[in-house]
Amino acid sequence: MKIKVDRDKCEGHSRCYSLAPDLVDVDDLGNASELNDGEVRADLEDRAQLIVDNCPEFAIEIVEG
Amino acid sequence: MTDTEHCPVSDIATDYDIFDPDYVNDPVPAWSEIRESCPIAHTDRWGGSWLPTRYDDVQALAKMVPELSSANPGPIVVNIPEEFRRPEREGYNGAAPISADPPEQTWTRKALLPHFTPKAIAPQHEFTKKLCHELIDGFIDDGGCDAAVDYAQQIPPRVIAHKLGVDGSRVDEFIEWVRGVLELGLTDPATRLKYGDTIHDFFKAEVKDRRENPRDDLITDLCNTEVDGHLLPDPVIVGMCNLQLVAGIDTTWSSIGSALWHFAGHDDDRRRMAGADDDLWGTAVEELLRAYSPVTMARTVMEPVEISGASLQPGDKVLMNFPGANHDPEVFEDPDTVILGRQRNRHIAFGAGIHRCAGSNLARMEMDVALRTWFERIPEFTLSAPDEVAWAGGQVRGPRILPVTFGA
Repeated sequence: MKIKVDRDKCEGHSRCYSLAPDLVDVDDLGNASELNDGEVRADLEDRAQLIVDNCPEFAIEIVEG
Repeated sequence: MTDTEHCPVSDIATDYDIFDPDYVNDPVPAWSEIRESCPIAHTDRWGGSWLPTRYDDVQALAKMVPELSSANPGPIVVNIPEEFRRPEREGYNGAAPISADPPEQTWTRKALLPHFTPKAIAPQHEFTKKLCHELIDGFIDDGGCDAAVDYAQQIPPRVIAHKLGVDGSRVDEFIEWVRGVLELGLTDPATRLKYGDTIHDFFKAEVKDRRENPRDDLITDLCNTEVDGHLLPDPVIVGMCNLQLVAGIDTTWSSIGSALWHFAGHDDDRRRMAGADDDLWGTAVEELLRAYSPVTMARTVMEPVEISGASLQPGDKVLMNFPGANHDPEVFEDPDTVILGRQRNRHIAFGAGIHRCAGSNLARMEMDVALRTWFERIPEFTLSAPDEVAWAGGQVRGPRILPVTFGA
Protein backbone atom coordinates (compact mmCIF):
# COMPACT_ATOMS: atom_id res chain seq x y z
CA MET A 1 0.00 0.00 0.00
CA LYS A 2 1.14 3.54 -0.76
CA ILE A 3 -0.30 6.91 0.32
CA LYS A 4 0.04 10.33 -1.24
CA VAL A 5 -0.56 13.75 0.30
CA ASP A 6 -1.81 16.43 -2.08
CA ARG A 7 0.21 19.50 -1.03
CA ASP A 8 -2.19 21.88 -2.76
CA LYS A 9 -5.15 20.59 -0.76
CA CYS A 10 -3.40 20.22 2.63
CA GLU A 11 -4.13 23.16 4.96
CA GLY A 12 -2.08 21.95 7.91
CA HIS A 13 -4.78 20.56 10.22
CA SER A 14 -2.21 17.91 11.28
CA ARG A 15 -4.86 15.32 12.03
CA CYS A 16 -2.92 12.75 10.02
CA TYR A 17 0.21 13.46 12.03
CA SER A 18 -1.55 12.97 15.36
CA LEU A 19 -3.15 9.74 14.13
CA ALA A 20 -0.14 8.29 12.34
CA PRO A 21 3.24 9.91 13.02
CA ASP A 22 4.82 6.79 11.50
CA LEU A 23 3.28 7.58 8.12
CA VAL A 24 3.46 11.37 7.81
CA ASP A 25 5.42 14.31 9.14
CA VAL A 26 4.38 17.96 9.28
CA ASP A 27 6.39 21.06 8.48
CA ASP A 28 6.48 24.48 10.17
CA LEU A 29 3.04 25.36 8.84
CA GLY A 30 1.54 22.03 9.86
CA ASN A 31 1.47 20.84 6.25
CA ALA A 32 1.90 17.12 5.85
CA SER A 33 4.20 15.02 3.73
CA GLU A 34 4.36 11.24 3.47
CA LEU A 35 7.30 9.39 5.02
CA ASN A 36 9.20 6.63 3.19
CA ASP A 37 7.90 7.85 -0.18
CA GLY A 38 4.42 6.97 1.03
CA GLU A 39 5.16 3.24 1.47
CA VAL A 40 2.88 1.79 4.16
CA ARG A 41 4.03 -1.20 6.20
CA ALA A 42 1.49 -4.00 6.30
CA ASP A 43 0.81 -3.48 10.00
CA LEU A 44 0.03 0.22 9.42
CA GLU A 45 -2.49 -0.21 6.60
CA ASP A 46 -5.46 0.35 8.91
CA ARG A 47 -3.82 3.56 10.13
CA ALA A 48 -3.32 4.68 6.54
CA GLN A 49 -7.03 4.20 5.85
CA LEU A 50 -7.79 6.10 9.07
CA ILE A 51 -5.82 9.20 8.04
CA VAL A 52 -7.45 9.12 4.61
CA ASP A 53 -10.90 9.00 6.25
CA ASN A 54 -10.17 11.81 8.73
CA CYS A 55 -8.55 14.46 6.55
CA PRO A 56 -10.89 17.48 6.49
CA GLU A 57 -9.36 18.63 3.19
CA PHE A 58 -9.61 15.29 1.34
CA ALA A 59 -5.87 15.69 0.76
CA ILE A 60 -4.68 12.11 1.36
CA GLU A 61 -5.32 9.17 -0.91
CA ILE A 62 -4.23 5.59 -1.21
CA VAL A 63 -2.53 5.33 -4.58
CA GLU A 64 -1.70 1.62 -4.54
CA GLY A 65 -3.05 -1.25 -2.55
CA MET B 1 -32.71 40.30 -0.76
CA THR B 2 -36.44 40.35 -1.34
CA ASP B 3 -38.84 37.86 0.17
CA THR B 4 -39.32 36.06 -3.14
CA GLU B 5 -35.66 35.15 -3.18
CA HIS B 6 -35.97 33.33 0.10
CA CYS B 7 -36.40 29.63 0.16
CA PRO B 8 -40.19 29.44 0.50
CA VAL B 9 -40.59 26.31 2.57
CA SER B 10 -40.99 27.28 6.22
CA ASP B 11 -40.27 29.99 8.73
CA ILE B 12 -36.89 28.66 9.74
CA ALA B 13 -35.74 28.76 6.13
CA THR B 14 -36.60 32.40 5.62
CA ASP B 15 -36.41 33.87 9.08
CA TYR B 16 -33.86 32.00 11.20
CA ASP B 17 -32.34 33.78 14.16
CA ILE B 18 -28.98 32.64 15.51
CA PHE B 19 -29.77 34.37 18.81
CA ASP B 20 -33.16 32.71 19.31
CA PRO B 21 -33.06 30.85 22.67
CA ASP B 22 -34.30 27.59 21.09
CA TYR B 23 -31.55 27.78 18.45
CA VAL B 24 -28.89 28.60 21.02
CA ASN B 25 -30.02 25.75 23.32
CA ASP B 26 -30.20 23.16 20.53
CA PRO B 27 -29.60 24.18 16.92
CA VAL B 28 -29.61 20.60 15.55
CA PRO B 29 -33.37 20.42 14.70
CA ALA B 30 -33.18 23.73 12.81
CA TRP B 31 -30.22 22.54 10.73
CA SER B 32 -32.03 19.28 9.87
CA GLU B 33 -35.14 21.13 8.79
CA ILE B 34 -33.21 23.56 6.61
CA ARG B 35 -30.96 20.86 5.17
CA GLU B 36 -33.93 18.76 4.08
CA SER B 37 -35.87 21.65 2.59
CA CYS B 38 -33.59 24.45 1.38
CA PRO B 39 -30.68 23.67 1.99
CA ILE B 40 -29.31 27.23 2.33
CA ALA B 41 -31.58 29.44 4.42
CA HIS B 42 -31.77 33.22 4.46
CA THR B 43 -32.80 35.71 7.09
CA ASP B 44 -33.26 39.47 7.10
CA ARG B 45 -32.48 39.60 10.80
CA TRP B 46 -29.28 41.17 12.09
CA GLY B 47 -28.49 42.83 8.78
CA GLY B 48 -29.27 39.71 6.75
CA SER B 49 -27.31 36.51 6.18
CA TRP B 50 -27.30 33.10 4.51
CA LEU B 51 -27.06 29.85 6.48
CA PRO B 52 -25.74 26.80 4.60
CA THR B 53 -26.37 23.46 6.30
CA ARG B 54 -24.85 20.83 3.99
CA TYR B 55 -21.26 19.71 4.51
CA ASP B 56 -20.42 19.96 0.81
CA ASP B 57 -21.79 23.51 0.58
CA VAL B 58 -19.85 24.72 3.63
CA GLN B 59 -16.67 23.08 2.29
CA ALA B 60 -17.21 24.71 -1.12
CA LEU B 61 -17.88 28.13 0.43
CA ALA B 62 -14.76 27.83 2.60
CA LYS B 63 -12.70 27.43 -0.58
CA MET B 64 -14.25 30.45 -2.36
CA VAL B 65 -11.44 32.98 -2.27
CA PRO B 66 -11.66 35.77 -3.43
CA GLU B 67 -15.41 35.40 -4.14
CA LEU B 68 -15.96 35.54 -0.37
CA SER B 69 -14.05 37.89 1.95
CA SER B 70 -13.05 37.33 5.57
CA ALA B 71 -12.37 41.02 6.27
CA ASN B 72 -15.29 41.09 8.67
CA PRO B 73 -15.79 37.57 10.05
CA GLY B 74 -18.52 38.47 12.57
CA PRO B 75 -21.89 36.73 12.03
CA ILE B 76 -24.03 39.86 11.94
CA VAL B 77 -23.86 43.18 10.14
CA VAL B 78 -23.00 45.92 12.58
CA ASN B 79 -22.96 49.52 11.46
CA ILE B 80 -20.23 51.09 13.53
CA PRO B 81 -21.12 54.65 14.54
CA GLU B 82 -18.57 57.31 13.60
CA GLU B 83 -17.51 57.93 17.21
CA PHE B 84 -16.31 54.31 17.54
CA ARG B 85 -14.06 54.33 14.49
CA ARG B 86 -10.30 54.43 14.99
CA PRO B 87 -8.71 55.91 11.86
CA GLU B 88 -5.45 56.46 13.74
CA ARG B 89 -4.89 52.71 13.87
CA GLU B 90 -3.45 52.44 10.40
CA GLY B 91 -1.97 49.01 9.74
CA TYR B 92 -3.92 47.43 12.59
CA ASN B 93 -6.04 44.68 11.10
CA GLY B 94 -7.54 43.78 14.46
CA ALA B 95 -7.15 40.04 14.14
CA ALA B 96 -5.11 39.03 11.08
CA PRO B 97 -4.95 36.43 9.62
CA ILE B 98 -8.54 35.48 10.59
CA SER B 99 -9.92 38.86 9.53
CA ALA B 100 -7.76 39.26 6.43
CA ASP B 101 -7.86 38.16 2.80
CA PRO B 102 -4.86 37.24 0.64
CA PRO B 103 -2.24 38.61 0.27
CA GLU B 104 -2.30 39.98 3.87
CA GLN B 105 -3.85 36.74 5.10
CA THR B 106 -1.08 34.69 3.49
CA TRP B 107 1.91 36.35 5.11
CA THR B 108 0.34 36.91 8.52
CA ARG B 109 -0.72 33.25 8.63
CA LYS B 110 2.74 32.12 7.61
CA ALA B 111 4.17 34.15 10.50
CA LEU B 112 1.71 32.75 13.06
CA LEU B 113 1.36 29.05 12.18
CA PRO B 114 4.85 27.85 13.18
CA HIS B 115 3.98 28.73 16.79
CA PHE B 116 0.99 26.37 16.79
CA THR B 117 2.17 23.12 15.19
CA PRO B 118 1.82 19.93 17.30
CA LYS B 119 5.52 20.15 18.13
CA ALA B 120 5.40 23.87 18.97
CA ILE B 121 2.54 23.50 21.43
CA ALA B 122 3.96 20.41 23.16
CA PRO B 123 5.61 22.49 25.94
CA GLN B 124 2.15 23.70 27.01
CA HIS B 125 1.05 20.15 27.82
CA GLU B 126 2.60 19.90 31.29
CA PHE B 127 1.48 23.43 32.19
CA THR B 128 -2.09 22.59 31.19
CA LYS B 129 -2.13 19.33 33.14
CA LYS B 130 -0.83 20.98 36.30
CA LEU B 131 -3.34 23.80 35.89
CA CYS B 132 -6.25 21.34 35.54
CA HIS B 133 -5.20 19.52 38.70
CA GLU B 134 -4.94 22.80 40.63
CA LEU B 135 -8.40 23.86 39.51
CA ILE B 136 -9.87 20.49 40.58
CA ASP B 137 -8.02 20.71 43.93
CA GLY B 138 -9.95 23.92 44.51
CA PHE B 139 -13.41 22.39 44.33
CA ILE B 140 -13.21 18.60 44.61
CA ASP B 141 -13.98 18.61 48.35
CA ASP B 142 -17.13 20.65 47.74
CA GLY B 143 -18.86 17.64 46.14
CA GLY B 144 -19.74 19.61 43.05
CA CYS B 145 -18.94 22.73 41.03
CA ASP B 146 -19.99 24.82 38.08
CA ALA B 147 -18.06 22.88 35.44
CA ALA B 148 -18.27 25.83 33.03
CA VAL B 149 -17.32 28.68 35.37
CA ASP B 150 -14.98 26.89 37.77
CA TYR B 151 -13.24 24.61 35.27
CA ALA B 152 -13.77 24.94 31.49
CA GLN B 153 -13.65 28.74 31.52
CA GLN B 154 -10.49 28.86 33.63
CA ILE B 155 -8.25 26.74 31.40
CA PRO B 156 -7.82 28.41 27.97
CA PRO B 157 -7.20 31.96 29.29
CA ARG B 158 -4.38 30.72 31.52
CA VAL B 159 -2.83 28.56 28.79
CA ILE B 160 -2.87 31.34 26.21
CA ALA B 161 -1.61 33.87 28.77
CA HIS B 162 1.24 31.48 29.57
CA LYS B 163 2.09 31.00 25.89
CA LEU B 164 1.92 34.73 25.10
CA GLY B 165 3.86 35.59 28.23
CA VAL B 166 1.34 37.92 29.85
CA ASP B 167 0.31 38.13 33.51
CA GLY B 168 -1.72 34.99 34.29
CA SER B 169 -3.22 36.56 37.41
CA ARG B 170 -5.28 38.86 35.18
CA VAL B 171 -7.34 36.05 33.62
CA ASP B 172 -10.61 37.30 35.11
CA GLU B 173 -10.06 40.53 33.17
CA PHE B 174 -9.19 38.61 29.99
CA ILE B 175 -12.40 36.61 30.33
CA GLU B 176 -14.42 39.81 30.77
CA TRP B 177 -12.77 41.41 27.72
CA VAL B 178 -13.32 38.39 25.50
CA ARG B 179 -16.96 37.99 26.51
CA GLY B 180 -17.30 41.73 26.00
CA VAL B 181 -16.20 41.32 22.38
CA LEU B 182 -17.71 37.97 21.44
CA GLU B 183 -20.88 37.66 23.53
CA LEU B 184 -22.15 40.86 25.11
CA GLY B 185 -20.66 43.06 22.39
CA LEU B 186 -21.75 41.00 19.42
CA THR B 187 -24.94 42.99 18.95
CA ASP B 188 -23.79 46.15 20.71
CA PRO B 189 -21.05 48.16 18.94
CA ALA B 190 -20.36 50.38 21.97
CA THR B 191 -19.60 47.41 24.22
CA ARG B 192 -17.65 45.58 21.52
CA LEU B 193 -15.48 48.59 20.75
CA LYS B 194 -14.94 49.39 24.42
CA TYR B 195 -13.50 45.93 25.07
CA GLY B 196 -11.74 45.91 21.70
CA ASP B 197 -9.97 49.12 22.71
CA THR B 198 -9.01 47.62 26.07
CA ILE B 199 -7.44 44.56 24.43
CA HIS B 200 -5.69 46.68 21.79
CA ASP B 201 -4.18 49.02 24.36
CA PHE B 202 -3.13 46.15 26.62
CA PHE B 203 -1.22 44.35 23.85
CA LYS B 204 0.21 47.56 22.41
CA ALA B 205 1.91 48.10 25.77
CA GLU B 206 3.01 44.45 25.95
CA VAL B 207 4.58 44.58 22.47
CA LYS B 208 6.35 47.85 23.30
CA ASP B 209 7.69 46.20 26.45
CA ARG B 210 9.01 43.13 24.55
CA ARG B 211 10.82 45.35 22.06
CA GLU B 212 12.70 46.80 25.02
CA ASN B 213 12.84 43.73 27.27
CA PRO B 214 12.85 40.54 25.18
CA ARG B 215 11.79 37.37 27.01
CA ASP B 216 11.18 33.72 26.32
CA ASP B 217 7.57 34.03 25.21
CA LEU B 218 5.43 34.19 22.10
CA ILE B 219 5.08 37.99 22.00
CA THR B 220 8.88 38.26 21.93
CA ASP B 221 9.03 35.54 19.24
CA LEU B 222 6.55 37.47 17.12
CA CYS B 223 8.60 40.64 17.63
CA ASN B 224 11.56 38.73 16.16
CA THR B 225 9.62 37.12 13.31
CA GLU B 226 10.60 38.18 9.81
CA VAL B 227 8.51 37.82 6.69
CA ASP B 228 10.32 38.37 3.40
CA GLY B 229 13.22 39.95 5.23
CA HIS B 230 11.16 42.42 7.26
CA LEU B 231 10.23 42.27 10.94
CA LEU B 232 6.48 42.12 11.59
CA PRO B 233 5.16 45.66 12.21
CA ASP B 234 3.95 46.27 15.78
CA PRO B 235 0.30 46.86 14.80
CA VAL B 236 0.23 43.44 13.09
CA ILE B 237 1.63 41.76 16.22
CA VAL B 238 -0.95 43.55 18.38
CA GLY B 239 -3.66 42.23 16.05
CA MET B 240 -2.28 38.69 16.25
CA CYS B 241 -2.22 38.85 20.06
CA ASN B 242 -5.81 40.11 20.02
CA LEU B 243 -6.73 37.19 17.78
CA GLN B 244 -5.12 34.67 20.13
CA LEU B 245 -6.92 36.06 23.15
CA VAL B 246 -10.33 36.45 21.54
CA ALA B 247 -10.28 33.33 19.35
CA GLY B 248 -8.37 31.10 21.73
CA ILE B 249 -10.42 31.50 24.87
CA ASP B 250 -14.19 31.47 24.33
CA THR B 251 -13.95 28.73 21.71
CA THR B 252 -11.92 26.18 23.63
CA TRP B 253 -13.74 26.64 26.92
CA SER B 254 -16.98 26.11 25.00
CA SER B 255 -15.71 22.78 23.67
CA ILE B 256 -14.52 21.62 27.08
CA GLY B 257 -17.82 22.71 28.65
CA SER B 258 -19.96 21.04 25.97
CA ALA B 259 -18.03 17.80 26.42
CA LEU B 260 -18.54 17.84 30.20
CA TRP B 261 -22.23 18.64 29.66
CA HIS B 262 -22.48 15.61 27.37
CA PHE B 263 -20.81 13.25 29.81
CA ALA B 264 -22.81 14.55 32.78
CA GLY B 265 -26.00 13.57 31.00
CA HIS B 266 -24.94 10.38 29.20
CA ASP B 267 -24.16 7.67 31.74
CA ASP B 268 -22.96 5.04 29.26
CA ASP B 269 -20.53 7.38 27.53
CA ARG B 270 -19.22 8.71 30.84
CA ARG B 271 -18.58 5.24 32.24
CA ARG B 272 -16.88 4.19 29.03
CA MET B 273 -14.42 7.10 29.19
CA ALA B 274 -13.54 6.33 32.81
CA GLY B 275 -11.56 3.36 31.48
CA ALA B 276 -10.64 4.71 28.04
CA ASP B 277 -7.30 4.02 26.32
CA ASP B 278 -5.41 6.54 24.17
CA ASP B 279 -7.14 5.44 20.96
CA LEU B 280 -10.60 5.96 22.45
CA TRP B 281 -9.63 9.36 23.86
CA GLY B 282 -8.33 10.29 20.41
CA THR B 283 -11.57 9.51 18.61
CA ALA B 284 -13.75 10.77 21.48
CA VAL B 285 -12.20 14.25 21.47
CA GLU B 286 -12.71 14.53 17.70
CA GLU B 287 -16.26 13.24 18.01
CA LEU B 288 -17.14 15.78 20.71
CA LEU B 289 -15.59 18.51 18.55
CA ARG B 290 -17.81 17.32 15.71
CA ALA B 291 -21.05 16.95 17.64
CA TYR B 292 -20.70 20.21 19.62
CA SER B 293 -18.63 22.37 17.27
CA PRO B 294 -18.60 25.78 18.92
CA VAL B 295 -17.64 28.21 16.17
CA THR B 296 -19.60 29.83 13.33
CA MET B 297 -17.49 32.27 11.31
CA ALA B 298 -18.79 34.50 8.53
CA ARG B 299 -17.78 35.74 5.09
CA THR B 300 -18.92 38.66 2.96
CA VAL B 301 -19.82 38.01 -0.67
CA MET B 302 -17.59 39.95 -3.12
CA GLU B 303 -18.67 38.37 -6.41
CA PRO B 304 -22.02 36.73 -7.25
CA VAL B 305 -22.12 33.04 -6.28
CA GLU B 306 -24.74 30.42 -7.24
CA ILE B 307 -24.78 27.49 -4.85
CA SER B 308 -27.45 24.86 -4.10
CA GLY B 309 -30.27 27.09 -5.34
CA ALA B 310 -29.14 30.22 -3.52
CA SER B 311 -28.00 33.35 -5.35
CA LEU B 312 -25.48 35.10 -3.13
CA GLN B 313 -24.98 38.73 -4.08
CA PRO B 314 -22.09 41.13 -3.34
CA GLY B 315 -22.45 42.54 0.16
CA ASP B 316 -24.39 39.54 1.49
CA LYS B 317 -23.18 37.87 4.65
CA VAL B 318 -22.69 34.08 4.67
CA LEU B 319 -22.49 32.19 7.95
CA MET B 320 -19.84 29.48 7.80
CA ASN B 321 -21.98 26.90 9.56
CA PHE B 322 -19.24 24.43 10.44
CA PRO B 323 -21.33 23.09 13.37
CA GLY B 324 -24.28 22.34 11.06
CA ALA B 325 -22.08 20.82 8.34
CA ASN B 326 -20.79 18.39 10.96
CA HIS B 327 -24.34 17.02 11.40
CA ASP B 328 -24.93 16.31 7.71
CA PRO B 329 -26.22 12.71 7.35
CA GLU B 330 -24.77 12.55 3.82
CA VAL B 331 -21.30 12.60 5.38
CA PHE B 332 -21.70 11.36 8.95
CA GLU B 333 -23.55 8.17 9.80
CA ASP B 334 -26.11 8.77 12.57
CA PRO B 335 -24.86 12.38 12.82
CA ASP B 336 -26.92 13.48 15.81
CA THR B 337 -25.60 10.68 18.02
CA VAL B 338 -22.24 10.94 19.78
CA ILE B 339 -20.27 7.82 18.80
CA LEU B 340 -17.11 8.00 20.89
CA GLY B 341 -15.18 5.52 18.74
CA ARG B 342 -16.24 7.04 15.39
CA GLN B 343 -13.55 6.10 12.86
CA ARG B 344 -14.53 8.13 9.81
CA ASN B 345 -14.68 11.72 11.00
CA ARG B 346 -13.78 14.46 8.52
CA HIS B 347 -15.37 17.09 10.75
CA ILE B 348 -14.65 20.75 10.12
CA ALA B 349 -15.05 22.15 13.63
CA PHE B 350 -11.87 24.14 12.97
CA GLY B 351 -13.01 25.23 9.53
CA ALA B 352 -11.44 24.28 6.22
CA GLY B 353 -9.38 25.96 3.53
CA ILE B 354 -6.94 28.81 4.04
CA HIS B 355 -8.67 30.04 7.23
CA ARG B 356 -8.39 26.69 9.05
CA CYS B 357 -8.09 27.55 12.77
CA ALA B 358 -4.46 28.41 13.47
CA GLY B 359 -4.76 27.29 17.09
CA SER B 360 -6.46 23.94 16.40
CA ASN B 361 -3.63 21.84 17.79
CA LEU B 362 -3.46 23.88 20.98
CA ALA B 363 -7.23 23.63 21.38
CA ARG B 364 -7.16 19.85 20.88
CA MET B 365 -4.41 19.45 23.44
CA GLU B 366 -6.27 21.60 25.99
CA MET B 367 -9.49 19.67 25.46
CA ASP B 368 -7.74 16.31 25.70
CA VAL B 369 -5.85 17.22 28.88
CA ALA B 370 -8.83 18.97 30.50
CA LEU B 371 -11.12 15.97 29.96
CA ARG B 372 -8.59 13.28 30.84
CA THR B 373 -7.58 15.06 34.05
CA TRP B 374 -11.22 15.59 35.00
CA PHE B 375 -12.01 11.89 34.46
CA GLU B 376 -8.93 10.83 36.39
CA ARG B 377 -10.11 12.78 39.44
CA ILE B 378 -13.90 12.84 38.92
CA PRO B 379 -14.99 9.78 36.94
CA GLU B 380 -18.59 10.03 38.16
CA PHE B 381 -20.62 13.25 37.88
CA THR B 382 -24.11 14.30 36.90
CA LEU B 383 -26.01 17.51 36.22
CA SER B 384 -27.14 18.82 39.60
CA ALA B 385 -29.58 21.39 38.25
CA PRO B 386 -30.41 20.71 34.58
CA ASP B 387 -32.80 23.70 34.47
CA GLU B 388 -30.00 26.06 35.45
CA VAL B 389 -27.70 25.08 32.57
CA ALA B 390 -27.30 28.16 30.36
CA TRP B 391 -25.86 28.22 26.85
CA ALA B 392 -24.31 31.11 24.94
CA GLY B 393 -24.56 31.19 21.15
CA GLY B 394 -24.31 33.39 18.11
CA GLN B 395 -20.70 33.09 17.00
CA VAL B 396 -19.49 30.72 19.72
CA ARG B 397 -21.80 28.14 21.30
CA GLY B 398 -21.14 26.49 24.64
CA PRO B 399 -22.44 26.20 28.20
CA ARG B 400 -21.83 29.22 30.44
CA ILE B 401 -23.51 27.80 33.56
CA LEU B 402 -23.12 24.06 34.19
CA PRO B 403 -23.74 22.88 37.78
CA VAL B 404 -22.61 19.28 38.40
CA THR B 405 -22.52 16.95 41.41
CA PHE B 406 -19.61 14.55 41.90
CA GLY B 407 -20.05 10.86 42.71
CA ALA B 408 -22.47 8.19 41.60
